Amino acid sequence: MTVFDEFRGYKRASDKPNERGPLTRHLARWGLLFISPWIIGFFLFTLIPMVLSLLMTFTNFNVTEPGAIEFIGLENYKRLFNDADLRAAISATGKFFALAIPVAIIQPIVMAAMLNAAALKGKRFFTTLFYMTYMIPIVSAILVWQGMLNAETGWINRFLDIFGVSGPDWLNSTTWVYPALILIGLWGVGNAMLFTLIGMQGVPTELYEAARVDGAGYLRQQLNITLPLITPIIFYNLILAVIGLMQYFTVPYIVSRGTGQPGNATLFYNIHFYRTAFRFQNMGYGATLAWLLFAVAMVVTIFLFWSAKYWVYSPGNRE
Amino acid sequence: MTTTTPDTTTPTTLQPVSTPKHHGMSKRKRDGLTALAVTGLALLMLFFWLVPLAYMFLTSVKTLEQMQNGRILPSSPATVEYQGEQLELFSVPMPDGDVRELAMLKPGRNSSIFIDPDNPGAGEIEWEGKWRQLQPAYEIDFQWGNYVEAFTEVEFPRLLRNTAAIALFGIIGTLMSCVLVAYGFSRFPIPYKNVLFLILIATIILPRQVTLIPTYAIFARLGWVGTWLPLIVPHFFANAYNVFLLRQYFLTIPREMDEAAMIDGASPMRVLWSVILPQSWPVIIAVAVSHLIFAWNDYFEPLIYLRSKPDLVPISVGIQEFNFLYGTRPELLQATSMLALLIPVIIFFLAQRYFMQGVVFSGVEK
Repeated sequence: MTVFDEFRGYKRASDKPNERGPLTRHLARWGLLFISPWIIGFFLFTLIPMVLSLLMTFTNFNVTEPGAIEFIGLENYKRLFNDADLRAAISATGKFFALAIPVAIIQPIVMAAMLNAAALKGKRFFTTLFYMTYMIPIVSAILVWQGMLNAETGWINRFLDIFGVSGPDWLNSTTWVYPALILIGLWGVGNAMLFTLIGMQGVPTELYEAARVDGAGYLRQQLNITLPLITPIIFYNLILAVIGLMQYFTVPYIVSRGTGQPGNATLFYNIHFYRTAFRFQNMGYGATLAWLLFAVAMVVTIFLFWSAKYWVYSPGNRE
Repeated sequence: MTTTTPDTTTPTTLQPVSTPKHHGMSKRKRDGLTALAVTGLALLMLFFWLVPLAYMFLTSVKTLEQMQNGRILPSSPATVEYQGEQLELFSVPMPDGDVRELAMLKPGRNSSIFIDPDNPGAGEIEWEGKWRQLQPAYEIDFQWGNYVEAFTEVEFPRLLRNTAAIALFGIIGTLMSCVLVAYGFSRFPIPYKNVLFLILIATIILPRQVTLIPTYAIFARLGWVGTWLPLIVPHFFANAYNVFLLRQYFLTIPREMDEAAMIDGASPMRVLWSVILPQSWPVIIAVAVSHLIFAWNDYFEPLIYLRSKPDLVPISVGIQEFNFLYGTRPELLQATSMLALLIPVIIFFLAQRYFMQGVVFSGVEK
């Protein structure tokens, strides 16, 4: 069970308060009081800003001169089609997605499978240390990896030198910068790895015993038993990875010093958004970029939730 | 049901599980070897996983020169004092095949004069050969002063104070609001509770850019831009992850306990305080630590809200600005990044048990 199963479980529970006794009403009032911080916050920091931001997409709003706001119709939307930086941003983000999503799915599975292997000694020790790097502040991680990836003095290229391979200038190559960004991100696997590990530990051991009796080897057991049973967790990791990548900003911003270099390869969507809205103070168009991102995020999320019924194991739905 | 045809490929007799297939090797021995191989592989992976930390530490205690001399440990050419002069030490291959570390007294084109630093009384040693082809002898030479320089250059105490303050107020806000909201969702017959809870969870999917610009404009109007308030106040209004985590935990606490307290006349607030919270501190630690990590890492919001106030920026922004300024001083950069990760990592090791439990709880129900 993961947080997103709430959506599936929803139909099971009835929503209407069926008992209308005085005690129920009394408790309901207390309950509303308790959840009121969220309800107030939802209006103040989510719903109202969302509506305002949608309205802003039809204006040339700028926070330094809020009085000069003008209604400009669909100008901002038209601009989306003539924005060369936006095209570069979509291309950079798309390329990185194509590389980062498979890594985000496979890395936690491989690491968790290793930690879950019956033959591994010192499981706790390994789990703690592989998880620990999640605590390393992103800025520190970036500085370390910038050093590691340095073309001359970095340890990665010096390691490759041992094998006679001359490594690329990772962070200054429009091709190699994407694998370099992936490397910088590997340390953040902690939570996804831990969830996957817990999922694997939950697989009933009888299933493995039965498979062993049938002569299935380790790999076959992993592919035919473990993997299908942990699909809910893969799904959860996938959704969080997609959401995280939609927000991807800090790493490319620091690596490129906010320039999107080399050659716009790290001009990710949110760097374009940040520059438009906050550096050039073009907030009306910035809001339009934000809504475009939101629209894409919605489509992708809905698609993933729809696809879940074809590949995500759900114990309650076997008929 | 579909009709089943007899499958001829499946063996009809069961094979005993423990039959040793590798001739002559007992199961125990084989298991031992597998354990050795798997654990060895894991150790190798762990080595590569953590080697950047070694890079960071070793770079942070080097000079620029030491980074380029091709040695992993910070080392400098060794010198010895001899009759008031600093002499360089070299590894000198002697005619008898030995390699001795000797101090060079007088370099010459084809022969040089050395002296044995361990035994200067033995007199001068003449060595035939080109001294420029000799390897200098290195000694380990840690530059701890880099940390002092980084500490003062980056104004680390100020960054730490800012980060700690932002994180601490945020933790208070998150804990207070999320505990109340999670308690409400886990225990009370709120009308349309399920719809409300789904809306709460759905906010996880909402990209924050969508609300950012109007929120920024409102904070600007309130005069909060350039203060810590935009980084603290929103946390007093709960967030989906932590409410979910706390609610999951509260649901495992038997209801009989709070019902008993209520029958004794305790108010819901009292039940929360005296029944629920005392049993929930692992999850409370988990929420606190995860907010701490969030505050330590948050970069985008401090960047936009504190651009005009460099005195108030937290570690994330401060170090990155230092990075932009001091790109040519890798040793200082690595020293500051070491300083920045020390506290979260120490806190992680202290709270590790509860924190990882809590994280597991938020993601997966057992």
